[in-house]
Amino acid sequence: MTQTLLSLRNVSKQFDGKTVLDALDLDIQDGEFLTLLGPSGCGKTTLLRLLGGFEHPDSGTLVLSGEDITAKPPEHRPLNTVFQHYALFPHMTVFDNVAYGLKMEKRPADEIRQRVSEALALVQLDDFARRKPHQLSGGQQQRVAIARAVVKRPKLLLLDEPLSALDYKLRRTMQIELKRLQRELGITFVFVTHDQEEALSMSDRVVVLKDGKVQQLGTPREIYERPANLFTARFVGETNFFPGVVSRIDDEHIAVDVQGLLRHLRKPTFDVRVGQPVHVLLRPEDIRVLEPTADHGFTGKVIERNYKGSTLDSLIRLDSGQEVLASEFFDEDDPTFDYRLGEPVRVSWVDGWEWLLPEELNEAEVLSDDLNAEAPAGDD
Amino acid sequence: MERVIARWLPRTYLTLVYVLLYLPILVLVVFSFNASRTGYQWDGLSLHWYESLFNNRAMVKAMWNSLWLALVAATVSTVIGALTALALHRYRFRGKRMLNGMLFVVMMSPEIVLAISLLALFLLIGMQLGFMSLLLAHVTFCLPFVVITVMARLSGFDERLPEAARDLGASDFTMTRTVLIPVIMPALMAGWLLGFTLSLDDVVVSTFVSGPSYEILPLRIYSMVRVGLKPEVNALGTLLLVFSLVMLMLSQWILMRSKR
Repeated sequence: MTQTLLSLRNVSKQFDGKTVLDALDLDIQDGEFLTLLGPSGCGKTTLLRLLGGFEHPDSGTLVLSGEDITAKPPEHRPLNTVFQHYALFPHMTVFDNVAYGLKMEKRPADEIRQRVSEALALVQLDDFARRKPHQLSGGQQQRVAIARAVVKRPKLLLLDEPLSALDYKLRRTMQIELKRLQRELGITFVFVTHDQEEALSMSDRVVVLKDGKVQQLGTPREIYERPANLFTARFVGETNFFPGVVSRIDDEHIAVDVQGLLRHLRKPTFDVRVGQPVHVLLRPEDIRVLEPTADHGFTGKVIERNYKGSTLDSLIRLDSGQEVLASEFFDEDDPTFDYRLGEPVRVSWVDGWEWLLPEELNEAEVLSDDLNAEAPAGDD
Repeated sequence: MERVIARWLPRTYLTLVYVLLYLPILVLVVFSFNASRTGYQWDGLSLHWYESLFNNRAMVKAMWNSLWLALVAATVSTVIGALTALALHRYRFRGKRMLNGMLFVVMMSPEIVLAISLLALFLLIGMQLGFMSLLLAHVTFCLPFVVITVMARLSGFDERLPEAARDLGASDFTMTRTVLIPVIMPALMAGWLLGFTLSLDDVVVSTFVSGPSYEILPLRIYSMVRVGLKPEVNALGTLLLVFSLVMLMLSQWILMRSKR
């Protein structure tokens, strides 16, 4: 049984006349790990800052456990933030950093000592209490920032790209660490990232944002397997798009003419009519690369091979000029597996593994933007 | 041969520069312990001039006056300067650029211009020349240095720190007291020291705006020069040198501690 912890209703925010959040509605459930995912400038950081109380919406309301907190300053909100570059107080020791929030609550000294050492134990920094922040590594500073925020036992923890400054390996460790913390503490996490892989692996639910609007809200699986629109499909993971036209409609299936090949596909959730242009979406791992003698699929040539350890990625240029990315698991017993560059192949998929989306206005823009191009440690 | 020159030329040059810089100071210190009445010959070690300095009541009075003025001027300009720097850093307001530019105008304009205009101002408003006129003048020329020192520190200040403090439950005032001021403390101290030194050795502006009721050290020394310099001045110079060295080391020590 899930309960709503925080509701945003019709929240809008503009900066210098530019709309950053556009009439946004969102319910955050008690105890969940919710990720705000989007390219830079999508409004995810602004949304987090609104929750923290560092910005105030131009219109709309924020309700936390039945209480309207829209106009409350940050110091009166029962939630805490882990900042992107940690924002540790440089002139204080680790202990004093973590104790700061409790001192503000005017807790007795004994309780502060007790709770600070508990919080430091939680992030495995018991022995570092006397150090100053600049004597710690990036990962350790990150842990102090987390300890400082959770020591106050907030209802909600806001995390603003907390892992973006860490290297890949440490990032993976901290991802697991954060999940463990969230389970142990039972605190609701709202996590901001532009890294879709991170979002999928950590979250209970993901909010995909673009231009200040929610594009899709769902579990990582829903987001990945059943994207609501072309933007989500392109932003989350790699996707191959095949343009097609609906040619026949049955009760459960439709026939789609995909570049001259007739495929029988599951009927999509949106309304379709005969003659309607649609997009057939296939993840690289759902693509089958066949020998040129196969009796179905599009013909093309392998133009790039990318060995990734557990998988082998191939880029195939179809005769139509379209490029298709296929990702196959290693199977050394499969004689057809290892194609050479320039070798002719056929590309197909198992009907039913595809996902259909209707044609969209301005879709050229969505399909051409380089969505994953992100400035390193981008503040938006 | 060439190698020898290449090796010794820079060293000689550097040594010369340092000798020229420090030799006069060294001479001053040494001659402050000279028993001779004149400044040209060495008659043996003596603390006579220190004694004579402390018996020169006008001189001691002028020294205290100068120290007190420097202390007050540095403190006042640090407070005003820090607030100005904070305002310039944190807020957007009308005339911000102009305020910023005007600070530089005060800093860049020749001291004599500042001196004349301040004198004209004080005469115009009918202010008695004395401690207050000196204080106002000194605060005026110290202020831009403090503002610039503090602004430099603030430009490297992480904007998320005040937010983190607020997030953890601190009011704006508590945040300023526990986070903002401690973090910019080195700049505040540097600004204060700068102001203190500027005020202590100012001659030009002080000449114009001081009155007979409040005599300060640089002007006292200057007036003594005209009737012939007594080695007392060497003793005074040595004391001031020791004082500023102690101040400098103190500030460095505090700076190092704050970094640790």
